[in-house]
Amino acid sequence: MEQVLNQNVIDAVDLKHKKHIRILIITGFVFLVYLIGSILHFDLPNLAKKWNKDRASMFMLDIYAHKDHIKMNWKDPQKIDVRFEGGHRHVYKDDPTWLIRNKNNQSTIVNFDNGGQFVFFPNRVEMRNFPNINEPFIFKLNKNSKPYVDGYVGKESMLPSWMRATENKVEVRPSLYERLQVYGSKVEVHRYELGWKYFWFDFDSPLVGKGFFDAISLMFNENRVDPKISNFNLVVNEFLENEIWHHNTVLFAMVETLLMAILGTLIASMVGLPLAFLAAYNVTPLSSIRFFLRRLFDMLRGIDMLIWSLIFLRAFGPGLFTGIFAIAFTDTGTLGKLMSEAIENTDKKDKEGIQSTGANKVLQHRFGIIPQILPIFISQSLYYLESNTRAAVIIGAMGAGGIGLHFLGALMTGNDFENVAYMAILVLVAVMCIDTMSAKLRRLLIGIEDKK
Amino acid sequence: MYSDNILGFETIEKNLKAMAFKRLIYSFISILAILFLLSSGLTIAEENNAGSFQRGLSKFFDYPVDLFKEAFESGWRWYAYVFKYLPDLISTINMAFFSTLFGAIFALLLSLFASKNLIKNQYIVTLSRRSMDILRSFPELVIAMIFLYLMGKSELPAVIAIVIHTAGALGKLFSEAIENADNKPIEGLQSCGASWWQRVRFAVIPQVVPLFISYTLLRLEINVRASTILGFVGAGGIGEALSAVIQFRYGDEIIAIMFLLVITIISLDYFSRFLRGRLIGDNK
Repeated sequence: MEQVLNQNVIDAVDLKHKKHIRILIITGFVFLVYLIGSILHFDLPNLAKKWNKDRASMFMLDIYAHKDHIKMNWKDPQKIDVRFEGGHRHVYKDDPTWLIRNKNNQSTIVNFDNGGQFVFFPNRVEMRNFPNINEPFIFKLNKNSKPYVDGYVGKESMLPSWMRATENKVEVRPSLYERLQVYGSKVEVHRYELGWKYFWFDFDSPLVGKGFFDAISLMFNENRVDPKISNFNLVVNEFLENEIWHHNTVLFAMVETLLMAILGTLIASMVGLPLAFLAAYNVTPLSSIRFFLRRLFDMLRGIDMLIWSLIFLRAFGPGLFTGIFAIAFTDTGTLGKLMSEAIENTDKKDKEGIQSTGANKVLQHRFGIIPQILPIFISQSLYYLESNTRAAVIIGAMGAGGIGLHFLGALMTGNDFENVAYMAILVLVAVMCIDTMSAKLRRLLIGIEDKK
Repeated sequence: MYSDNILGFETIEKNLKAMAFKRLIYSFISILAILFLLSSGLTIAEENNAGSFQRGLSKFFDYPVDLFKEAFESGWRWYAYVFKYLPDLISTINMAFFSTLFGAIFALLLSLFASKNLIKNQYIVTLSRRSMDILRSFPELVIAMIFLYLMGKSELPAVIAIVIHTAGALGKLFSEAIENADNKPIEGLQSCGASWWQRVRFAVIPQVVPLFISYTLLRLEINVRASTILGFVGAGGIGEALSAVIQFRYGDEIIAIMFLLVITIISLDYFSRFLRGRLIGDNK
């Protein structure tokens, strides 16, 4: 008897196991087919080809390096100027040490750290001493003011791969850090150097060239640089009014974004909690109010933050209010729903105990329900604060302002990639700070039992 | 006998009152801080907003009312718009689904290395946790914008951005689920001489799979919203359609797209809650 039973059990288990395996294989297969189909649909195999390689390398280079432009007009070869990042207002007053002007034969030499040189002459540009390049290349203009490489006219295909000659332009790029462009009207050399130059103080500042620690020590130095204002104010002002990095605007935009997130979450939790009480069946006996509030929560949540921000953008215009209210409206729905569920799940006994002492309804809720839901409330609010910091950046980029919009603007200009990187890092740091702070706060307020 | 150790009622009352007073002070300070934050923040907002708060409030309903009016005027044509944008919606949902799936696979791999009870090497655990933090911290939009700039307008940059963010966010939840898993089955298998992979396969995975699927479903919901927004900045799908009709000010079509979006989000919400309820066995 026992033997038979056992055999039956084994068979049943076996059958179930086989069924289980079959379902698993089928779902796995379906997913695999979907995955392969989608990979083809989204064209993942051609990922490498889709890169705009020039853009990508410029982008990467610009993130960690800066460049000086050295420009010569063919019409006025004596006037060679050096500009930082090619900016109109950023012309070096004194020549940098790597630029040597030779009055005797009217040449100007641009030295590179690897020993290479570009030499400007009134009628030609020479390329000398670059490592691993033995042949000295010479670039000239022909009678029709078109640039050409000396000795390679008609043999353009024999030029090395880092050089490209077209009818109107010769582009030379021996390595990432040196670049020469010869046009019919001008010659331009880009000389790259590592680092974020002028990050602390800009071009025209009296403190130009000072690093972070220099500036800090200068702040507390008694000898005034500018007799009119104190060093402390000078350092802060000059830092904020940096024209290249726009610390003033960027940092304020970051504050704006954080304010959007914090105020939005605060309003959502302050409005959401009372509404959640009204939407819970153990607090509000009227089912019509409950039904109405439930649908309100669904509506607030279902109309996405994107749509809310579009509606508010029309009403309030670009600015903080749009972001604050878009976040507040969406999260009132989410928090209201979550909290009303939490209130409904509270233990009845606490409330009954308070009731037995003769306390009225308000006190029953105050001491019977709130202590139970407070940890959930705080941890959920903080959790939404974290995700809203990211959301505020996104809403900002869609028009509400703040760092998101500046980020988009810097990216669209197509050459301020160091600013793009700066803002991306700022966002990263801010989000991480908020994450850590909210985790700390949660632990402080709720205790260690909540591990998340 | 123990009267020395037992506190008198007076002392207890005194302690209780002191504690209550301390709490009161703390609550008072935090309420003050919150009020200060609110008022100063709103003042800054009022100062730096393009339009004032009052004017905005009075204009708040203008835009939705205009939209609805236009949708009403277009009559039967409006229903055609809903179907016109259905393919865009499907493409957006597909984008979200694919990136969630792909991100979840990456998250799974990362989370195995970020769980203390599976990997004994402290450095690997810390390294994978930090990398997940970084993946998670960038808003999708930031990554997507950079990739859109570098790769041109297509759906791929949005997919990459969502995959990166999803891998980080899900990876953290997954690794927490793994670490919270009951250790006894793992130890039991270890005592029989099971290998690392066998322990993972037969002791860890059965415990965490329902949780994993439920987290992934939640992510899917979030990612549908995200991919709509990414479409808005040029990644295709319904977001791009929405941004186009908003620029052309076609009120009826705007309403049609918004309607589609809201229906999608609400039904996804209910669907994923239903599935999660069935998986985990409670109705939260």
